[in-house]
Amino acid sequence: MTVTRAPAESLSVLDRPNSYIGKTVPRPNLDRLLQGRGQYVSDLELPRMAHVVFLRSPHAHAKIVAIDASAARRMSGVISIVTGRELETVITPWVGVLSHLKGLKSAPQHAIAVDRVCWQGEAVAAIVATSRAAAEDAMEHIAVDYEELAAVTDMRTALDPATPVIHASLGDNLAFERTLDAGDVDHALSESEVVEAEFVFGRHTGVTLEPRAVVADWNGAEARLTVYQGTQAPHMVQNIAALHLGLREAQVRVVCKDVGGSFGIKVHIYADEMATYALSKLLRRPVKFVADRIESFNTDIHARDHRCRGRIGVRPDGTITAFEIEDLTGIGPYSMYPRTSAIEANQVVNLVGGPYVTPNYRARARVVFQNKNVMCQYRAVGHPIACSVTEGLVDLAAAKIGMDPVEIRRRNLITDDAYPCASPSGMKFEQLSHHASLAKLLQMMDYDALRAEQAALRTRNIHRGIGIASFIEVTNPSAAFYGVGGAKISSQDGVAVRLDTQGSVICQTSITEQGQGSESLTAQIVGSVLGVSMDRVRVTLGDTDNTPYGGGTWASRGAGIGGEAALQAAKALRQNILDVAAAILQSTPAGLDIVDNRIVNADDGASRIELNELARIVYFRPDTLPPGIQPELMATRHFVPRQYPFAFTNGVQASWLEVDTETGFVTLLKHWVVEDCGTIINPQLVDEQIRGGVVQGLGAALFEKCIYDERGQLTNANMADYLVPMSGEMPDIDIGHVVSPTLESELGAKGAGEAGTAGAAAAVANAVNDALRPFGATITEIPLTPQVILTALGRI
Amino acid sequence: MKAAAFAYARATSVVNALELLAVHGDKAKVLSGGQSLMPAMNLRLLSPEILVDIGGLAELRGIAMRGDVLVVGALTRHVDLLRSPEIALHAPLLRDAVSHVAHPAIRNRGTIGGSLAHADPASELPACVMALDATIVARGPTGERRIAATEFFKGIYETALSPDELLVAIEAPVTGQGSTFFFQEYARRHGDYAVVGLAARAVVAAGRFSDLRLGFFAVGDRPLLAAAAGKLINASVNPELLAEAATALTNELDPQEDQQATAAMRRHLATVLLRRCVAALLARPELATGVAK
Ligand SMILES: Cc1cc2nc3c(=O)[nH]c(=O)nc-3n(C[C@H](O)[C@H](O)[C@H](O)COP(=O)(O)OP(=O)(O)OC[C@H]3O[C@@H](n4cnc5c(N)ncnc54)[C@H](O)[C@@H]3O)c2cc1C
Repeated sequence: MTVTRAPAESLSVLDRPNSYIGKTVPRPNLDRLLQGRGQYVSDLELPRMAHVVFLRSPHAHAKIVAIDASAARRMSGVISIVTGRELETVITPWVGVLSHLKGLKSAPQHAIAVDRVCWQGEAVAAIVATSRAAAEDAMEHIAVDYEELAAVTDMRTALDPATPVIHASLGDNLAFERTLDAGDVDHALSESEVVEAEFVFGRHTGVTLEPRAVVADWNGAEARLTVYQGTQAPHMVQNIAALHLGLREAQVRVVCKDVGGSFGIKVHIYADEMATYALSKLLRRPVKFVADRIESFNTDIHARDHRCRGRIGVRPDGTITAFEIEDLTGIGPYSMYPRTSAIEANQVVNLVGGPYVTPNYRARARVVFQNKNVMCQYRAVGHPIACSVTEGLVDLAAAKIGMDPVEIRRRNLITDDAYPCASPSGMKFEQLSHHASLAKLLQMMDYDALRAEQAALRTRNIHRGIGIASFIEVTNPSAAFYGVGGAKISSQDGVAVRLDTQGSVICQTSITEQGQGSESLTAQIVGSVLGVSMDRVRVTLGDTDNTPYGGGTWASRGAGIGGEAALQAAKALRQNILDVAAAILQSTPAGLDIVDNRIVNADDGASRIELNELARIVYFRPDTLPPGIQPELMATRHFVPRQYPFAFTNGVQASWLEVDTETGFVTLLKHWVVEDCGTIINPQLVDEQIRGGVVQGLGAALFEKCIYDERGQLTNANMADYLVPMSGEMPDIDIGHVVSPTLESELGAKGAGEAGTAGAAAAVANAVNDALRPFGATITEIPLTPQVILTALGRI
Repeated sequence: MKAAAFAYARATSVVNALELLAVHGDKAKVLSGGQSLMPAMNLRLLSPEILVDIGGLAELRGIAMRGDVLVVGALTRHVDLLRSPEIALHAPLLRDAVSHVAHPAIRNRGTIGGSLAHADPASELPACVMALDATIVARGPTGERRIAATEFFKGIYETALSPDELLVAIEAPVTGQGSTFFFQEYARRHGDYAVVGLAARAVVAAGRFSDLRLGFFAVGDRPLLAAAAGKLINASVNPELLAEAATALTNELDPQEDQQATAAMRRHLATVLLRRCVAALLARPELATGVAK
C-alpha cells in the first residue's frame, strides 16, 4: 500500500523540481573506485610502518605452558615479538556484556591470549617485522608448548554437568537465557492441530572481499593514536581504543576511507585489532595488520549456528493459534565486544511469528559458550533464523491442513489497516504492508501459472518447488539497541553542510560507506533539498576528526538516520542561504527559492543570482551586505529516532527451484522480493542492497557453512572448501516495492540493507520442501546440500 | 599467506630444464601455469627451494595431428583446449571437460601438463586422458619414455613421473568416425572440483556399444577406468543389465569421504552418471531413470 501524506501546502523539500530523491543516479564514488583510486587500508603504506602477523593457536582449548621465540627474534627483518603477558601492560582486557541483556555474562578477553587459548585461531603471539613475509618466516620458528584441554564443541551438550566449564569464574557455560510467554500458548495449542520441527542452521560467516585491515599509528610527539581501519563504526572504535589504552577519546582519531565489504563483520572490536593499536603504542611506530584469508575464516565473527525447535498451532480453517520456540546457539568462548553475542538469539525471540496476528507466543533462547571462533552480529542478525522457523512452521501447518501456502498467509498476516500495533514480543509496528506486498509478489511471479507448470512437470518426473516467506526487518534502531545497555555506540547521526566560495557544497556525515551508497544517498538528499546539482556536492565520511559524531552504517540505519540528518542540515543551510539572498536581493526568504545552483523567484522561477555569486559576496565582500546580517553558510543537524525503538519494515520473498531427486542438486530458477522500506531514495541502490542480501541468504541456504570437527578444528577455512554463493548458481532476482514511509522523519526512509538476507533462505527451504512433497520428505536444515537432500530422500 | 623464500630459474629449453631438475632433484618444482603450485606455496603446504619455470618453452606448446595421433603439448593451456578446432574435431571430450575446469582466469593460465602432473583425483583432465586411451610423454635425463594414461596416475597427487622428469606431451589416438563422447560432472558450483564426474568415449553401432571407456573421477585416490563398462559392450542394454553394471561399478569404487560427500553418496552419484551416460550415448532416455523409487 502506498501511504500518501497529508496534502502539503506546497511541495515538500523532497519533491522539488530538481529532486534526486527516488531516482537512480550514478554513485559519485564509482569512477574513483573503478579507476583503482579507492583508498583501502590494505593498500596503505606509512613511513616506518611495520607489519604484524599473529601466531595463532592450533588447538581449540589449551594451556600455554611456554613460548620460546628466541630463534625467531634473531631472524632478519624481525622488529619485535610480543606475547599476551607483555601486551597486557599496554592494553586492558574487556568483557562483552550489556546491561539490558539481563544475565548475560562473559569472561575477560585479552588482545593476545594470556595463559590459555580458547579457540583454534586465537592469537598467542604477535610477530612484528619489516614485511608480512618476514614475519611469517619468523613465525615458523616460534615454539609454543601447549597443554591441550578438553574442548567444548557441541552446543547441545555444553550445559551438561559432565561438560567442562570453559571459564571457571562464570560457573557454567550458559552466557545468556531469555524467555517470553505471551497470550495463552497451552490453551491455544490444546485446541489446535500442532506441528513441530527442529530447524538447524549452519554456522557461517560474511566473507568480505577485503579482509579486516588496520594500520595503527601512535604519534608520541602528539600523544595521539591514528587508526586507519576498515570499519562500519569509527566513533565506536575511537571510544573503545581510547578506553583500553588509557587515553582520552580526543587522543584517538579513526580514519576509515574505502572498505572492501563489511556485512556486519567489521562492526565489532577484534582482539587482533586491539593488539595492533597496542603494538603501535608499545613500539612507537605505525603497525599494519591485514588478516589473510585463513585468519579471516578463523577469526572474523561467525553467525547463525542455531538449533531451534518450533511448534505451531493451526485450526482447520487455517487460523494460526500459537507459535512456540526453543532456541539454542553456541557463540564461541567469549561474548563479542562491545555489541555482545546475545543479540542474535534475542532477535530470534523478538521476531518469530512477527508478521502474524496470533497473540500466543512462547519462547526460550539459550546462548552457550564453546571452544570455537566467536559469533556475533552479521547481516540480518537473527532474522534468517526467525524467518526460517516461522515460515517453515507456517508451511508445515498449511501442509497439515491441506491449505495452499499463500492462502494460510492471507488468513493470518497482520492486515494493512491494523497499524500501529505490536507483536506478542512487544515489537511496535508503525505501518507495515504484508498484504499489499504479498499481492504484488503473486502478481510478479504469476503464482497460479507457476503452480500449473509445477503440476505439469511433475508428471514428467521433474520436481520443482515454490517457496514463500514473509518477513519483518528491524531498521533505524534507536538507543534501545545498544545505548540503553551501556554501550557507547551512538544511535544518532550528524551531518554538516557548508556552501563553499564557488557555490559547491561540502558535506560531512557520520555514517560510513562500505559499498551501500551512503555517499550517493547523502549527496542526493543534500542536492535535492538545497537545489544544488549533485556534482557540486562533495561528501566526506569516515573520519572522527572531520565528521560529526555518530553511529556509522550498520543495522540498516544509514539512509534512515544519516539521511534524515542530511535532510535537516540541508534544510537549515537552505534557510540560511535564502536569508542572505533576501538581504542581497532586497526580497524575502519566502519569495525566493534555490533551483539548479541559483537563487530564483519562488513564484515565476526567474533567475536572480547564482549561488557562486552569492558565496563570493558572503566570503569576500561582506562589506557590501546590509548591516546586521551575519551569514551562516554552514549548518549541522543530528537525528535519532525517539518514538519507535526500531522502524520495522516488511516484505515477502519467493523462490522457484528444481531439485534433481537423483543427485540431490538444487537449481535456483528464479527469486522474487517485494519489500517496503518506506521512501526510496535511490531505487537502484535499494534493489542492489536487496539482491546482494538475497545472495547472502541463498549462500546460507545452499552453500555456506563453517565445518568444525568434534575437536573444535575449523576444517574448511579457505575459499576452495567454504563455498560462497557465486554468480553461476544465482537466479535472476526480481524486486518490487510497496512504499509506507515512516512518519517519524521527514525523509520517511526505513532501512533496506538486510531485507534480502532475512527471508531468502526461508523461501528456498520452503521451495525445496514443496518440490519434495511427492516423496514425503521434509527438511528443516540448512545448508541444503546434496548430501542432506539425498539422505532425506533415502537415496543414500 | 606468503610463500617462503625460493629461488627461481626460467628454463631456456627442455634440455636446460632437465639439467636444472637434475641438479636440484626433489628440492626443485616445475612451474607451468602455477594455478595449483602457487596456492600450495602461498599456504606453505609446499616450500620448494627453487622453481624451474618452463612457461617460456614454445616447444612444449601447441596442438597438432601426427598421423592418426593427436599430440597436445604439455604447456597447452586450458583455454586453448576450449578453442582449438583440432580438439573440437578429434577430441571434443577435452573441450567439454575443460569448460568445467575452474574459471576463465584460471583456464587462461592452467596447462594440461600441469593438471596431469598435479594428479588431483577430482580433476577432469586425468579422467579424460584415460577415457581417450592416451599416452603421456615424459622426458628425463636418459631420454623420452611413453606411459599409458592408465598407468600414469598412482594416487592423490602421485604420478609415474620422477622428480627429474618433465611431462612434455599427451598423445591420443584418433578413433575416427563412430566415436561418441560423454562428459558430465556434479560440482557444488560452476568451476568447482567435481563431487563425482565421468568422462566417456564410446563406439556405438546398431544400438550397441562396440567399445566403451568410462573414466570416473573424484571416486577414489586416482581416476578410474571402470571395468564395469565391459558388461555393456557388445550386449543389448536393458534396465536389468544396466543395474547389473551399476552394482559392479559400486563394488569397483573405493571413494573417499570429504566435506561434499560420503563414500556412499559418491557411489550413488557414480551410478546415476553411469545410467545417464549410457542413456545419452545410446540415445535412449528411458534408461536414465533407473533409480528405484
Ligand atoms: C580456483 C581454482 C579452481 C580450480 N578448479 C579446478 C577444477 O575444477 N578442475 C581442475 O582440474 N583443476 C582446477 N584447478 C587447477 C587448475 O586446473 C590448474 O591449472 C592445474 O591443476 C595445474 O596446472 P598448472 O599449469 O597451473 O600447473 P602448476 O600449478 O604450474 O603445477 C602443478 C604441479 O604440476 C607440476 N608440473 C607442472 N607442469 C609440469 C610438467 N610439464 N612436468 C612435470 N611436472 C609438472 C608442478 O611442479 C606442480 O607440482 C583450479 C585452480 C584454481 C586456482
